[in-house]
Amino acid sequence: MKKALILALVIACVAVMPIFANGSEESKGNDTITIAFIGNTTGDYAMYGVPVRNAVKMYFDQLNANGGINGKQVNLIEFDDKADPTESVNAYQLAKSKGATAIIGSVLTGATVALSDATYADNMPQITASATSAKVTIVDPDSSKIEVKTNVFRTCFLDPFQGEKAAAYAAQVCGAKTAAIFYENGSDYSEAIVARFESKLAENGLKVVAKEAFATGDVDYKAQMTNIAAANPDVVLMPIYYGEAGLAVTALRAAGCNAQVIGGDGFGSVINYASAADLEGTVYMSGYAAGTASVAQFEADYQAAYGEAVPNMFAPLAWDASLVMAEALKQADAKGLKAGSAEFKQAVIDAIKGMQAFPGITGSYTFNATNDPEKSVAIIKITNGEEKFHDYF
Amino acid sequence: MTFSSLIAQFINGLQTGSVYALVALGYSMVYGIIKLLNFAHGDIIMVGAYVVYYAIASFALPPMLAVILAVLVSTLLGVTVEKVAYTPLRSAPRLSLLITAIGVSFLLENGAQLLFGADKKSLDPMVSGSFQLGGVNVSYAAVVTIVVSVIAMVALTILVNKTKMGKAMRAVSEDMGAAQLMGISLNRTISMTFAIGSFLAGIGSVLYLCAYPQATPTMGSMLGIKAFIAAVLGGIGSIPGAMIGGFAIGILEALVAAVHLSMWKDAVVFLILIIVLLFKPAGLLGKKTQEKV
Repeated sequence: MKKALILALVIACVAVMPIFANGSEESKGNDTITIAFIGNTTGDYAMYGVPVRNAVKMYFDQLNANGGINGKQVNLIEFDDKADPTESVNAYQLAKSKGATAIIGSVLTGATVALSDATYADNMPQITASATSAKVTIVDPDSSKIEVKTNVFRTCFLDPFQGEKAAAYAAQVCGAKTAAIFYENGSDYSEAIVARFESKLAENGLKVVAKEAFATGDVDYKAQMTNIAAANPDVVLMPIYYGEAGLAVTALRAAGCNAQVIGGDGFGSVINYASAADLEGTVYMSGYAAGTASVAQFEADYQAAYGEAVPNMFAPLAWDASLVMAEALKQADAKGLKAGSAEFKQAVIDAIKGMQAFPGITGSYTFNATNDPEKSVAIIKITNGEEKFHDYF
Repeated sequence: MTFSSLIAQFINGLQTGSVYALVALGYSMVYGIIKLLNFAHGDIIMVGAYVVYYAIASFALPPMLAVILAVLVSTLLGVTVEKVAYTPLRSAPRLSLLITAIGVSFLLENGAQLLFGADKKSLDPMVSGSFQLGGVNVSYAAVVTIVVSVIAMVALTILVNKTKMGKAMRAVSEDMGAAQLMGISLNRTISMTFAIGSFLAGIGSVLYLCAYPQATPTMGSMLGIKAFIAAVLGGIGSIPGAMIGGFAIGILEALVAAVHLSMWKDAVVFLILIIVLLFKPAGLLGKKTQEKV
């Protein structure tokens, strides 16, 4: 019993030590700015976290090599939160004690929400490249009074945003007057896009002439597609994932409907799930278009630095998050504020909030009232059985 | 709703219904002969679908050869399952047999996931294109599916009613003990029943791939349950009942979707099961018995 008490005491001492170490590390010199990356680089979902960490590290390595921020080097400290909310908050406390003045991360939604609660309490600038939950930037999205976590930003767009873009694209680019919707019943992703799409009908002069759904796991869409074909819409919105999307497009064409199909980012690699003829002309929205001019340099650098191709869209989005954060740090530093101080942090937040169409490699950034990016989406078009970048919209 | 779209939905229903009917036949025949609800039956279709996929995608066999191979593998698998899992339990309580069938189903589904991976395997449609018939768009896949399954059903009816083997099957299903005393080989007849049921499942898997060209490890489970409901609706144990039940469930699903209630498709089918069990447990064409399961 006594031994256990002593052990507990020792552990407690070790745990608080970083707090006492606070002052010593903060003053690493006036010519460095310390920021932290927090994300899951090990564990089950490391395939998301590792590319994010790689892109962030690569960005700040290049920035430092090119002279840093206003001549100051950026000291990037990295923490692995294993996608665990508690670990994420612990990592943040440690980062704070080491003098971090801004946070990039986390990667998965659960950890990022917990982290953003902690940073909000300290008004610590934070930006995530990948967490899409509304809870990341809003304290309680279900409450009637929306309280925005003013210090938290992100570079990925949210699911509903695609519904808004789809409606505008259908009306402005496809010249559509009527639309049909085919979605997955009970899927948050699918229903969120549909809800936003429907709320934007009036302002785009669109009318929904058929709305059909399928249950998760269902593969028989013939009956729904017969209904859609009978309504003869100009466009068909399909906010569903690639496997079902392939079947849905095949069934739609088999039902004799040749309307323009518009998909969400779930359509990626749909070409493996339906014939090239059926998919011809299909477009979908994506957060990232591989191989385009704006990301070419990044892709080459990533390949050179890590010996593999960019694995997913989180890496370029993480590059953009770093870019946005570095720009804000630069502006705050230019005001002569001291990194780590409350004024400096506020200046960083103000700088991000004030960005107008700030150019990144996956689109340009303006942050809306809830700190989500209003950015262009990449339109990917399928021609001759290839998914190719078509345009930014 | 216009008349032509009603006809189109009816054809959709017939196409889906023929696959259900083929699978339901396997359920019904096996139940008729050894009173077993063979829940592994739907998964035979899954294996058949993977055979088609690998034959075409990996070995570049012509589709016709892939189809024959799929039907052969399905038939062999059905008989193997019967020999390995069900024959040793012939004198065991029926519940043990039922639980074994569920176990075999899990084994096949998870085995497939281990062997083939959990991702969807997609094929180019084997039958593509469509034609106009009086303003109605009819796909060739639908025509092939309906024609092939009707031929299979006619052949089965002839087999059961006109051949010696069919007579043996009917005899065993009527009274196993008496049939045995008359010199009918029980093992052979039961294996033959499984072989025919799995053969139909093999054809079903090919027709399924015509309509939805994707193979997944769990594709057989929902299909199996729907076919089971079709068999119950028609009267489990009855061959014409399984055919009628299959087509009825398929057409019902299409009509539910036709009135824009596609989200309720599954619910309506399961409601049918409940209603049949409550009010007419023997099904449309089944014999009334006093047994309890």
